[in-house]
Order: sequence, then structure tokens, then C-alpha cells
Amino acid sequence: MDVLTDNFSLYGEGFLGTVELTVYASALALVLGFVMASFRVAPVGSFRVFGTVWVTALRNTPLTLLFFAVMLGLPRFGLVLPFEVFAVLALGCYTSAFICEALRSGINTVPRGQGEAARGLGMSFSQTLSTVVLPQAFRTVIPPIGSNLIALAKNSAIAGAFSVTELLGTYKTLSELGYSIVWTFVWIAVGYLIITLGISALFHVMEKHWGVAR
Amino acid sequence: MAVADPLIELRGVNKHYGALHVLRSIDLTVGRGEVVVVIGPSGSGKSTLCRAMNRLESVESGEIVIDGKPLPEEGKALARLRAEVGMVFQSFNLFAHKTVLANVSLAQIKVRKRKKEEADRRSRELLDRVGLAAHADKYPAQLSGGQQQRVAIARALAMDPKALLFDEPTSALDPEMINEVLEVMRQLARDGMTMVVVTHEMGFARSAANRVVFMADGKIVEDRAPEEFFTAPRSERAREFLSKILKH
Repeated sequence: MDVLTDNFSLYGEGFLGTVELTVYASALALVLGFVMASFRVAPVGSFRVFGTVWVTALRNTPLTLLFFAVMLGLPRFGLVLPFEVFAVLALGCYTSAFICEALRSGINTVPRGQGEAARGLGMSFSQTLSTVVLPQAFRTVIPPIGSNLIALAKNSAIAGAFSVTELLGTYKTLSELGYSIVWTFVWIAVGYLIITLGISALFHVMEKHWGVAR
Repeated sequence: MAVADPLIELRGVNKHYGALHVLRSIDLTVGRGEVVVVIGPSGSGKSTLCRAMNRLESVESGEIVIDGKPLPEEGKALARLRAEVGMVFQSFNLFAHKTVLANVSLAQIKVRKRKKEEADRRSRELLDRVGLAAHADKYPAQLSGGQQQRVAIARALAMDPKALLFDEPTSALDPEMINEVLEVMRQLARDGMTMVVVTHEMGFARSAANRVVFMADGKIVEDRAPEEFFTAPRSERAREFLSKILKH
């Protein structure tokens, strides 16, 4: 218990760092995932190709490698940003590939005929997608998107290795101070649990509220 | 057949599904106010023909002209033309997450840019016309098949289309619901709506159609007045088809 009470501000900083990473990267992942899913079902071939390449490249790259690529690669092209921003970029882009695929599986559950009916009424591709297909797809993909965001929260631990302040990184300082490694990790785990259970609860409420009503 | 005031014209339309030649140089003209019933054995290409008329199916060659304008390939111009040609599907295809009223109003608001109140007023009128005013606030899943199909007809009418296409509108319905849908369609025909109807309902073809188009193997085999067609089909293919379906 001493580990927590003695170092509350250190834990708190790490905890907030992880929360921040999770929130910003989730927002980025949701937006990009939405855009890429739209691309992957678009009537324009080059959009579909772009979406497919995006998903294939990011989903099949180890996240650590992606962090290295962003943190070490982008500065070589003259793009120098704070490590936190790089971390959000890496995490957000990586997770967007999974969000995209979850959304696309949801889009596939909406009967094709409804899209045809909408287009037959003269609605454009984007109107059809935004008013007919996605609202229904969204309902079925609430659970898998929740899982993806929980994975994102835990994946954010990798950012600690790149000098970003986050929860897991606090163990280095604490073990140097001589605290029991077991209790250090127990409290870190509790921190992650608070975040992931929070996301679970949020998605549970959303599912109750918007879940499939057919 | 010569048509005085053509609204839909197809000239030399061809389409393949892989090796299958589903539409073979189709020429067809539908006049304003005409009701054309398309019949034929399954796989004859009649649904594809119907869907090609508003480009839910693309075609490889030939020309499709709606009210003097060639059907555009894609994009905004195509969407505009689609709004002029309503489509009613075999499987209704109502928007499952929207109420009956919202189903009928949605495209009026999005495509015709009507205000919501104006669209809803028009929707209620049309729902009343198909006998479903009392069901406006229900969801599609709460309605019977026949009711859903009548909503789908109201939804198509809400765009004030120049013509309506029906792709086997009663094929997915229980027998006792077929008539309520056919009755709505008969009323539309009496009101002068231009209609292309792919159907197996020979009674409807006899009573409401101006012309019957018989298709087999991707070709139009006969195109004649219903009474002539049913009593004295010219082709062997049509005689064979009619003998199979009229026996029972």
C-alpha cells in the first residue's frame, strides 16, 4: 500500500498520461477507421485500393515497429513533433485499421437491398452510407469497437519505452527507489483496470442504448 | 411495338454475368402512362432488365434513355435521374432502423430538399393512399409483408417519379397478402402512372397491363397486348411457359 500512498502523484501522472494517450488515439482511430471503412466500400476503385493498403500495412505491422518507424522515421523527413503526438499518431493509425475492419463487418450485416433502395431513390453514396448503412452498422459493431479501444489502452504502454509519460513507465522510477516490484505492478495493473473497465462500462451503456433493435 | 410518347427507351442493351449473356440486344420502349408487364421463366433476364432501367445493374453496351435523357454512368446526374424512376423490390428493402413515416420522408428531405414537416405531410398523404396511415409510427419489422410492400410503394411515390419499376413485388408475399399490393398497383395504373412490372401474377398482367413483354434466355421473345398474348402466343417458348403456369 505504501507504494501507492508514497508515490501517488507519480502514479497519478502516469495514469493521466495513459488516459490522455488513450483518449486522443481513440479519437484519431475512430475518425480514421470511419474514413477508411468508407473508402473500402466506395464506388471509386482508387479509394478502395487506398483503404485496403492502409489496413493491410497497419494491421500487419508489429506496433513496436510502427512506434520506431514514427519516432525515428518521421524526424528524418523533417517532421519533428513531441513524443506524445508521435505516440498518438502511431497508436491511432494502428488501431484505425482494426476499427475500419470492425465497421466494415458491420456494414456487411446491413442487407444490401437497403443500400440499393436508397440509391434507387436518388440518394448519393455518402447520403446512403451516412443515413441508411452506417447507423445500422454502428449498432452491430459497438462490442468489437469497445474491444479494440481496450486493446488500444493497453497497447499505449509501448509509448513508455519512448519517453512518453504513461502508467507502465512509472515502474522504472519506483523500482529504482527500492519499492517491491510485485506491489508496484499490482497498482499499475489496477490503473489499467480502471481505464479498461471504464471503457467496457461506456460501451455497455452504448450497447444498451443503441444496440440492435430489429 | 410503336409507342406514341416514349418515356423509357432501351436500344441494343447487352449485359453478361461472366459467360452468361443475360441481356441480348434488348430493344424496348415504354410510353408515358403505359403499364408494361414483363414475364418469363426464372433466369430469363427480366429482373436484370428492370434493374438496368435505373442502373442498379450496369450494362455493357446499348443505350437507355429516360424521358429523352440518356442514363448517366455514375455520380450526381445518375442520382438525379434515379429519383425520377422509382423502384419497388421483391424484398421490400425498407430501412429497418427508421419508422414507416421516416422511411417515406427520408429521400424527400435528402434528395428533394423538402422541409421535414412538408415531407412528413406528403408521406402521411401517401400512407393514407396505400391504406397504412395508422401505421406511420411503427417500424418495418412490426408490419406484415404486404404492409411493408405498400410502404415501399409509398416511399417510391414520395419522389413524384415519372415511372415506377416493380421487380417481382409480390413474389416474397404470403398468398393472402398479394392482393392488397396488387390492388394498390391497379389503382396506380388507373391513375395513369407509367409502370414496368416484372411479375408472375398473370391475373394482374391481364387486368392492368397495356402490353406484355415475354422474355426468355436474355431476349424479348414477344411484346404484345395481354389478351392476344395469353390467348394466342406466337412463339413455342411462350406456349411452353404459359402451359406450365396456367395449368394450376
